[in-house]
Amino acid sequence: MLTIEDLKQVLRQCGVDESVDLDADILDVEMAELGYDSLAVLEILARLQQRSGTVIPEDAVADLVTPRLLLDYVNYLIGVA
Amino acid sequence: MTAPVVTGIGVVAPNGVGTEKFWSNVLSGQTGLGPVTGFEADGYPVRQVGEVPDEFGEEIPNRLGVQTDRWTQLAMTATVEALRDAGIDPAGPLPFDEYDIAVITASSSGGNEFGQREISQLWSEGPERVTVYQSIAWFYAATTGQLSIRHKMRGPCGVVVGEQAGGLDALAQSRRMLRTGTKAVVTGGTEAPLSPYALVCQGASGLFTDGDYLPFDTGASGYVPGEGGAILMLEDGTRDTSTVYGTMAGYAATFDPRPGSGRPIGLLRAAIGALKDADIDASEVDVVFADGCGIPSRDAEEAKVLTELFGPRGVPVTVPKTMTGRLAAGGAPLDVACALLAMRDGVIPPTVGVRNPLPDLDLVTEARPVPVRTALVLARGFGGFNSALVLRN
Amino acid sequence: MRTAVITGIGVVAPGGLGTKAFWELLTDGRTATRPISLFDASAFRSRIAAECDFDGTRNGLTEREVSRLDRAAQFALVCADEAMADSGLEFDEVDPYRVGVAIGSAVGATTGLEDEYLVVSSQARDWVVDPAKAVPQLYEYLVPSSFAAEVAWRCGAEGPVTTISTGCTSGLDAIGHAVGMIEAGEADIMVAGATDAPISPITVACFDAIKATSPDNDDAEHASRPFDRTRKGFVLGEGAAVFVVEELESARRRGAHVYCAISGFATRANAYHMTGLKPDGREMAEAIDVALRRAGRQAERIGYVNAHGSGTKQNDRHETAAFKRSLGAHAYRVPVSSIKSMVGHSLGAIGSLEVAACALALEHQVVPPTANLHHADPECDLDYVPHIARDVELDTVLTVGSGFGGFQTAMVLTRDAA
Repeated sequence: MLTIEDLKQVLRQCGVDESVDLDADILDVEMAELGYDSLAVLEILARLQQRSGTVIPEDAVADLVTPRLLLDYVNYLIGVA
Repeated sequence: MTAPVVTGIGVVAPNGVGTEKFWSNVLSGQTGLGPVTGFEADGYPVRQVGEVPDEFGEEIPNRLGVQTDRWTQLAMTATVEALRDAGIDPAGPLPFDEYDIAVITASSSGGNEFGQREISQLWSEGPERVTVYQSIAWFYAATTGQLSIRHKMRGPCGVVVGEQAGGLDALAQSRRMLRTGTKAVVTGGTEAPLSPYALVCQGASGLFTDGDYLPFDTGASGYVPGEGGAILMLEDGTRDTSTVYGTMAGYAATFDPRPGSGRPIGLLRAAIGALKDADIDASEVDVVFADGCGIPSRDAEEAKVLTELFGPRGVPVTVPKTMTGRLAAGGAPLDVACALLAMRDGVIPPTVGVRNPLPDLDLVTEARPVPVRTALVLARGFGGFNSALVLRN
Repeated sequence: MRTAVITGIGVVAPGGLGTKAFWELLTDGRTATRPISLFDASAFRSRIAAECDFDGTRNGLTEREVSRLDRAAQFALVCADEAMADSGLEFDEVDPYRVGVAIGSAVGATTGLEDEYLVVSSQARDWVVDPAKAVPQLYEYLVPSSFAAEVAWRCGAEGPVTTISTGCTSGLDAIGHAVGMIEAGEADIMVAGATDAPISPITVACFDAIKATSPDNDDAEHASRPFDRTRKGFVLGEGAAVFVVEELESARRRGAHVYCAISGFATRANAYHMTGLKPDGREMAEAIDVALRRAGRQAERIGYVNAHGSGTKQNDRHETAAFKRSLGAHAYRVPVSSIKSMVGHSLGAIGSLEVAACALALEHQVVPPTANLHHADPECDLDYVPHIARDVELDTVLTVGSGFGGFQTAMVLTRDAA
């Protein structure tokens, strides 16, 4: 299972906006507010897939707008696999 | 508009990040050349390169850092300086209508290090390992695109490629836009060609020296590459601004004839064309910033052109790129910056390291205080590109 | 005011080499999108492309040229040859200093760079690649000004020569650059166009990563569906088109056949996002407005709009909005079509291929269709000329392009109405 720390590592790899503190309570903050645009979200998802060995269906992507939704979905896929 | 003016300069160079630091190092003959530090370069066809100190990118936001190659980051840093120098806040708002200001840069090897990394990933790990940013970081338009977005410049943007001559061609394209309604152009160019693959590609041309880069020296054996360049604010002269370095008075470009045709190379014609475009006589030129390829046959060609135009030892000639290496898309813009600073301060910067200059040239080997009103900048791009630019105070 | 006109056309396109085969493909409404054959694409998300059936030695290149030159450079030379012959201009007899070149390319010699990378890096094993394994032409691969240089040698141009590399608008921007040179009197003849041969693993992978290309691998022929509600992205293509562009009066003096004039050109930037497009199409509309103004034509005069029409969700919506914004009610009347539906998206080259299509449309008074258009999209509700080419009286054509980095370009081509 992936934790918020795993996600934060990936977020850091994709560049942290100077005004954002990833150690604050970010689980329900939208990705755009955390400074991640559509391209960055694709990159984050690609890295999460590689870490978890799962494949996120393309039509699920649009709904994964917060770290919590992302993690929950990836962990669901891990559980199912 | 009679002639466009340069209102701001930004520099990132191996011997100085920031215009004034660069310029003072140039005048004191301080070189930025050194061994390759990015990787173990034993057996590489070049032993010295011009590396820009890593601190140059301290102010680049993380978000932009991950999606750009070093080449674009160099340009971002120089652009911020050029804008501030022109009295413009890089964070906006711009003192122009959004469509009246554009970005036109020269490119040469593009985001080669980013690209090398991603091609490596693809072939060693698989296609799914290629980053989303490959589609925007490597291609030759990446720098113009990122600068346009960062500074909200929506005018006629462009990217010109002419290898070492491209930087002058970018200024020429900027002038064409200024003549057709644009009010300002962020122009010039940078280069970051020191990745292993980029060095090997350049080395394949056979033009590198694994010794010293000594243009116009009887012992010349090739050139060395460097990274960096300059960004220049070119405007139509209507904005009330305190800084005007000089005017872009004339420009011309030619291309050498196909090999074996027996026709003369085009450099002389480019120089004459630029002087004619500026409506000045050769005798009015105070200094020539030469291309200075460092290949004996090329040096001889250029020396012959200078002698034909100005007479033997008829004009001071200098090659400050001896302190930085040849910077491809960044080279000519950096020469333009040097020319403008020479005009500002009344001093011609030196050519460094050349002990046995060709006899027909008055090669400036130590900073020479002398009024400079008119400068001719020459640039020759691999393959036969010849560009010439006249700057006046 | 000096006017730039097209007097010669050369094309290398998927589905047919040469202008004639290209035009036949377009007017037949046939598509050239197929499974990728240039490399083993089984590990990739998008495994289809529009490839050119190209053998340089069968098209006027020597063995040595074919082994030395990157594929995209070869395309450019073959096109330049066809364009020069088509123009009837004796290049040996004109003042070479008055002849220039402007060649566009988005990704330069990517194919050559990738192939050679595997050699010098021992199949990507070594980051510190081996200079001893480098072929001499590697520097020409690294810096795409070599494309302009090759074309200049081909036609003997000694005037202003340059490569323009503005991503997916390169094909329009190079021609716009050439037009600017002629209008300013810096050249009388410009050999101008664009080329790209991007069907190689790194390019396919980079578009896979951003999911911009169509994954409809089981139906390659119908995968490029601009303006269709079920569109899933663009289909990568390759190709080139090169033109002889001349100053009008000297073209007339020598009795040249003139396809059309390039009467208006403008480029703007959206300054918004490197890949994203806002739905309002505002900056493309501005480029269109300026191009029309420069051409001295009102929107209502436009008889055909050749769209960028890449087939991504966002592009086709953005572009439709731009047409409505700039052309007003006329946007609903004018036929609009995308040839990318048939020849795919060849990045920097496609803009020039689209200019060729426009010049031929004016020549033949026929508008090429948009293929694969079956499902109406409420956001794309214009007349996109589905499936079947259409006879239309034309004297003014608009073509547009949009590309990564935010570039938005518009060009107006005209023929004086009879």
